[in-house]
Amino acid sequence: MAVRPPESRVWWNEPVATGELVWIGIAFLWGLFMFFMMIYWHLEGKQNLSAEVYRVKPDRYVKKVEAFVEQYRIGDEGDTGYPLVAPPPGSDVYLLARLWEFWPVLQLEKGQSYRLHLSSADWQHGFSLQPVNLNIQVHPGLEHIVTITPTESGVFSVVCNEFCGAGHHQMTGRIRVVEPGQGR
Amino acid sequence: MATAAGEIGVIGGIAAKFRTCPVTALKIDLAAERLIKANAVAAVVFLAIGGVLGLLVALTRWPAVHLLDSDTFYMVLTAHGLNVLLFWIIFFEMAILYFASAVLLNCRLAAPQFAWIAFVLMVAGALLTDFTVLQGDSSVMFTSYVPLRASPNFYLGLILFAVGALIGCMVFFGTLVVAREERTYEGSVPLVTFGAIAAAVIAVFTIASGAIILIPTWLWSLGYIGHIDTLMYKLVWWGMGHSSQQINVSAHVAVWYAIAAILLGAKPLSEKVSRTAFLFYILFLQLASAHHLLVEPGLSSEWKVFNTSYALYLAVLGSLIHGMTVPGAIEAAQRRNGYVHGMFEWLRRAPWGNPAFSGMFLSLVMFGFIGGISGVVLGTEQLNIMMHNTLYVPGHFHGTVVAGTTLAFMALTYLVLPLIFRREVMWPGLAKWQPWLFGIGAGGISLFMLGAGTLGVARRHWDITFADAILSFDYPATAFLMLGLNGIFAILATVGGALYVAITVASVLFGRPVHERNALHALGPLPQRVVESGSSAQVGRHGSEGFGHLPGTYTLVAVFFVAFALYYFVNWKYLSELWPLS
Repeated sequence: MAVRPPESRVWWNEPVATGELVWIGIAFLWGLFMFFMMIYWHLEGKQNLSAEVYRVKPDRYVKKVEAFVEQYRIGDEGDTGYPLVAPPPGSDVYLLARLWEFWPVLQLEKGQSYRLHLSSADWQHGFSLQPVNLNIQVHPGLEHIVTITPTESGVFSVVCNEFCGAGHHQMTGRIRVVEPGQGR
Repeated sequence: MATAAGEIGVIGGIAAKFRTCPVTALKIDLAAERLIKANAVAAVVFLAIGGVLGLLVALTRWPAVHLLDSDTFYMVLTAHGLNVLLFWIIFFEMAILYFASAVLLNCRLAAPQFAWIAFVLMVAGALLTDFTVLQGDSSVMFTSYVPLRASPNFYLGLILFAVGALIGCMVFFGTLVVAREERTYEGSVPLVTFGAIAAAVIAVFTIASGAIILIPTWLWSLGYIGHIDTLMYKLVWWGMGHSSQQINVSAHVAVWYAIAAILLGAKPLSEKVSRTAFLFYILFLQLASAHHLLVEPGLSSEWKVFNTSYALYLAVLGSLIHGMTVPGAIEAAQRRNGYVHGMFEWLRRAPWGNPAFSGMFLSLVMFGFIGGISGVVLGTEQLNIMMHNTLYVPGHFHGTVVAGTTLAFMALTYLVLPLIFRREVMWPGLAKWQPWLFGIGAGGISLFMLGAGTLGVARRHWDITFADAILSFDYPATAFLMLGLNGIFAILATVGGALYVAITVASVLFGRPVHERNALHALGPLPQRVVESGSSAQVGRHGSEGFGHLPGTYTLVAVFFVAFALYYFVNWKYLSELWPLS
C-alpha cells in the first residue's frame, strides 16, 4: 500500500509491467515531439514572437512616439481626440501604452509588414489585439519590436490585458487595416 | 477507547504522548495530531473566505449581474487569489506534511513547538495581508507586478507567511530524520511520504524564490530601494508563483495514492516508476517560471523553449506517468478484490458513494483532461501568443488547483475526519453529493473560462463591455454566454464548497466520536468484496504482480492521449491562421 513502506526492501529491482513501460515510452516520445514542434515552428511557422528588444527610458520612448505621430498623422479618429496615423508599408510603427490608453490609432495596409514598436510609459500593460487574439506583454523600459503583417482589413481593437490599476478596463486602442493603396 | 486517551509511551527512543489508530494500528503522536487539526481548521477557514470572494468575482464577470463596482472587484480579486491559492492550499499542505511524516512513519513529530511557531507566523502573515488588502489600497492582484505598489504590510504579511511555511517544512524534514534515527519504519518511506518529500523540497525552492523577490519589493515599498526591474521581478516571482503550484501537484498526487490505498488497499503498480515520476517533479518543475514569460520582451526563444517545456517535457512526463499508475493501481486493487468482469467492472463497482473516492477520482480525471491538457497547450511557446493574459489562464489553473488540488484535499478530508479528528462525517447523504457539486462546478468554471479565453477575453478585467472606454470594443456574443455560464457554475461550486465547509465544521464539533467498533464504518462505503484487508500475504508484493494487464486503465489512458493530441494540433491550426508575426 502506498501509505506503508514498500513490502520488499529491494523494491527498485521489481519488474515493471509491460503496459506501464509502453505508456512511459509513448509519453516520453510525445514530450520529445512537442519539444521539437516549437523548434520546427521557429524554422517553418509564420507566427513567432521577435526577440528584438532594446532598453529605453520611458520618457525617451514617449518622445519617439510623438515624433512618429507628427510625421505620419493623416487626421483624427472620429471625435475621440486620438490622432489617426498612417505610416508607409514596411516602416517602423510606434504604439505607446500608458495609463489608460494605447496611443495613437494606427492605420495599416493589408498584406504589408510593419515593424511595430511596443513599450510603456509607466506600468506594465498587455497588448491584446482583438478579435485576432494576439497577445504581447508590454514593459516600461523595454522597447520590443515585432514585425506584424495584417491579413484582413477592418477595424481591430487593442485591449489592455495586464492589470494596470483603477482604469484598467477603460484602456483600449485601435488599429485600422485598409486595402493596399487606400486611405492615405 | 482505551488507547484514545493518550498514553505516555515511547515512540522510537523518546517519550511522547500517543494513541494507537484503531484502523491502521499506527501510533499517532498527539502533538502531531493537534498540529494537523490546527492547520486543517485554518485551511478550511481561508477556503471559506476565499470561496465567497471567488463567487463575487464570478458574479461580477457575469455581464447580466455585474455585481461589484470596479475598485471593489479588483480588491476582491486580489484577496480571492491570496486566500485560496496561497492560504487554503498551504495550510492544508502543512497538515499533509505532518501526516505524511509523523503519522505514516509511526513517529513523533520533531520539535512540535517550532511547528506551532510556524503556524502562528502563517496565521499572522495571512491575516496581515488580508487586512491590508481589505483596506483597499493594495489591489495589486496576487502577482503584485512592479511597478504596481501595495502597502508595505501586504508584502510583510506574505513574507511572514512564507517564513512560517519554511519552518513547517523544516519540522517535516526533521521528523524524517527522527523516524530514520529511531527506526520507526522498515526499509524505504511509503510512496505517499515520498510524494510529500517531493512537495516539501519544491516548497523550499519556492519559498526561497519568494524571499529573494518579496523582501526587496517590501523594502522598495518602504522607500529603501529605488527601482525593481519589471522583468527580473516576474522571472523570480514566478519561481515562487508557478513552482508553488507544483507543490500542489506533488501533494495532491500523493493524496490520490493515499486515498486509493486507504479505501481500496491499492498498491503502486511499481514503486520504482511512481517514485521516479515524483523525482521528475523535483528536478524539472522549477523551470516553469517561463510559462508566464512566453510573450515577454527581453528573453530569447531558446530560453523560452527549453524552460517552458521543463527540459523535454520531463515534468509533464511525471504527471503522465501518475495519470496512468494511479488509476492502474486502483484497477489492480479492484481486480484483486474480485471485480474482474469486463473492462470496467472495477470502476463501475468502485465505492462511488464514498465522497473520499468520488472526490479523488473526479480530481484525477479533471486535473488530467482540463488542467493538464490546457496547461501544456498554454505553455507552448508560440501557442501562448493566443492565450497570454486571457481568461484561458485562470481557466487552466482552476482546472489544476480547484478541480484538481482542492477537490483532492476535500476528498482526503473525509478520511481525516474519522482518522485524525476521530469524528464520523455528519450528514453522509449530503457528503456523498458534495464532491460532485463542487467538482462539476469547478470543471464548468474552468471550461467556460478556457472558452472565453479562446475568444480573447482578458483576465482581471472588470468590464468586458468597455462601457467607459473612449475607443469602444465588443467581444463576440459567445464570450458573454461563456461568462454567464461561468457564473452559473461558480454558484454550483459555491454550493459544493459551502457544503464542504458545513460538513467539516459540523463533523468536528458535533460528529459522533469514532471508536474501535465503528472505526471502519466511519471511513464510509468500502468495496463490498474485499478479499484482503491490510495484509497482503496472498497477493503480489507490488501492485502489478499478477495484475499486470489492466485493460480499463489502458483504455482510459488512450482516450486521454487522443484528446490531448487532437486539442494540441487544433491549437496549432488556429495559430497558423493568425497574422504573421516575426
